[in-house]
Amino acid sequence: MEATVATKDHHSWADDKTQKKPFEASYGKMMMWFFIMSDALTFSGFIIAYGAIRFKFIETWPIADEVFTHIPFVHGSYPMYYVAFMTFVLIFSSVTMVLAVDAGHQLKKNKVAWYMFATIIGGAIFVGSQAWEWKTFIQGSYGAVQMHDGKIIQFVDGTGHQVTLESFTTSHETVREQHISKNGLWFTSEVSLPVFTMAEVVEGFKKNPNLSVRTEKIDFETKSKEILSREQSLNLLAEGKAVIKGANLEANEYGKTLFADFFFFITGFHGFHVFSGIIFNIIIFFNVIVGTYEKRKNYEMVEKVGLYWHFVDLVWVFVFTFFYLV
Amino acid sequence: MAHESHPSSLLFGLVKPRNNVSKIWWVFGFLSIITIVEVFLGISKPASLHLSSFLGTSPLNWIFLILTLVKAYGITWAFMHMDGEKKWFRRAIVWTTIFLICYLTLILLIEGSYFHDVMAPYVKWDY
Repeated sequence: MEATVATKDHHSWADDKTQKKPFEASYGKMMMWFFIMSDALTFSGFIIAYGAIRFKFIETWPIADEVFTHIPFVHGSYPMYYVAFMTFVLIFSSVTMVLAVDAGHQLKKNKVAWYMFATIIGGAIFVGSQAWEWKTFIQGSYGAVQMHDGKIIQFVDGTGHQVTLESFTTSHETVREQHISKNGLWFTSEVSLPVFTMAEVVEGFKKNPNLSVRTEKIDFETKSKEILSREQSLNLLAEGKAVIKGANLEANEYGKTLFADFFFFITGFHGFHVFSGIIFNIIIFFNVIVGTYEKRKNYEMVEKVGLYWHFVDLVWVFVFTFFYLV
Repeated sequence: MAHESHPSSLLFGLVKPRNNVSKIWWVFGFLSIITIVEVFLGISKPASLHLSSFLGTSPLNWIFLILTLVKAYGITWAFMHMDGEKKWFRRAIVWTTIFLICYLTLILLIEGSYFHDVMAPYVKWDY
């Protein structure tokens, strides 16, 4: 217990007999800054790798506006709104955090506790939104067909808007069962079967003459995906390999597999940071309530955990730009 | 504990908040307005900005990038109290990070474009 109740002038520059702190920063705060620096480089490594791969496939990369179009409880296509909401939640939780730090400077225990509490709630809303975003992304919205070389083709109506597979395909009863280790070879299994077979999609497509196929290729004049003529569409569809719905690490209906891989990895890594931040905040919140910092007459711990929390917000600003805007 | 009774000014001295709390709310408003502008541009995508090209990418992308950096500056300086740290401590953190990120970005984006130039001609589109 003695370690937790530090004296007023405590700092960990133990070897420094002059009691003069380098840059007038406490040991803990400086180390938090250096950690943040290294973590910033980790994140930038990921985001720059995303940029490199995107430049490599610049002609075929999915368009974010067509991927993230959902809002909870609302039908229709609303790009950006939900991520904008998430961004606001995170910025606002940063505000309550910095208000907590400020209240700490004035040694107002109750105020610090309430602001910390608000920060934790904001973080929880953000992580929940992130989970919902993942769920929507994994479930998919329209469905697509994957070619033998991994390309994705999507379906559009006469106006160029994407249509769902369900809207033109009818499923026949099939006897094909999902291969899991229980009913087949014990050492292998397959992912859950798509709702439709290739043959059913081709049949439905032939019955609806207003449909065409959209490829991954981007027309740089209009910054939109190339739509094929009916005849070309039929030829391409005849070469299709599998029906894809939603996204996983191996295939996704939105286009390049690497797009989903990077999405899961970078937003997942960020989400994990937010989650850890919430845990840290909860620990500090309880320390505030039991009066640890009140006894120290020093709320610097709130400031340090606040630095981490703001950093998480800072990273999100960049993730938001590079995944959703640019 | 280093505690300033007077908050430092914002936007290079243009705004001088009365106290720390009003400074925080001022920065929040500033960041919110930038985010709203970003979202508005991201949804409307004006053709003149989106479909033209300027220094290798569309002007819209340049706007997003610059606004993002402005937001990052706001968060780091005001919320993380970088403006209150010693000058060379601040520079040790900020300059190092920015230099390494710029370096990595330059190398990898050139590499990505090179990959594209080399490999894209071999991608088959007629089946």
